[in-house]
Amino acid sequence: MKVLQIVETAYRATTEEQDDTVIWFAHAMRGASAELGVLLIGNAVNYVAADQDASGLTLGAWRQTQPPTPAQDLASLIRKDVSIYCVKEDLADRGLMEGKLLEGVVLMSRAQMPRLFAEYDQVWRW
Amino acid sequence: MTKQTLTFVLMDAPFESARTTTAFRLLHAALTRGCDVNVFAYEGAVALSFAKQAQHANAVHGRDATQEDHPLSKNWIAALMAHAREHGADLNWVNCGLCVDERGVGEAIDGVRRGSPADCWKMAQQSVATLVIPTK
Repeated sequence: MKVLQIVETAYRATTEEQDDTVIWFAHAMRGASAELGVLLIGNAVNYVAADQDASGLTLGAWRQTQPPTPAQDLASLIRKDVSIYCVKEDLADRGLMEGKLLEGVVLMSRAQMPRLFAEYDQVWRW
Repeated sequence: MTKQTLTFVLMDAPFESARTTTAFRLLHAALTRGCDVNVFAYEGAVALSFAKQAQHANAVHGRDATQEDHPLSKNWIAALMAHAREHGADLNWVNCGLCVDERGVGEAIDGVRRGSPADCWKMAQQSVATLVIPTK
């Protein structure tokens, strides 16, 4: 069984969790031999901005030593043979097409999404 | 007719979103039809089964705790487990263990067990469909 995970809500408690919880979930299921793909749409396309840096948070004397690194977590998923797809129009809307994007991500148009869905047995929209 | 199994992945914490009530109504409907139902509770949803949830009075309503009879999601789960038995169905409820630890809500009601995303994947593989109801 192949399942496509769609992530739209971005940075959902990423500071507290130190990762995107759906990306983490995909890693954990991949560890259980799940066949997965991940489609980033809406604000979640920001995860493929390669140079993002969430480090440096301090609250009083507390310092976050392990900030979230969503781009690296996606890169790690790619290395585990999980395809990462990203909607081009959503990147363009946010001015991200001109920036450095994570390598290995498949950029696709909205019009191509139905064909992508057809390649998977299930689609889980988070 | 072959018995069907459905999996639901819940993410919202209790008392935060109307999605929780909707999700429970879907569980009820599936169990009423005799479907076996898996629930994987992720992130805040692990508190849905927290055993120490307590009812309270509501001064705005002018009612004491007994009169107010505040809904508790742990009671909804227990009621759905009983409902499942009455309809010859199984309700298999699994909490994400790491999410439980983060929140200190390890004391779950009877019938709820601890698991991992690997359990969720197994549930999905054994089901005819999986519905994710995420936090937004």
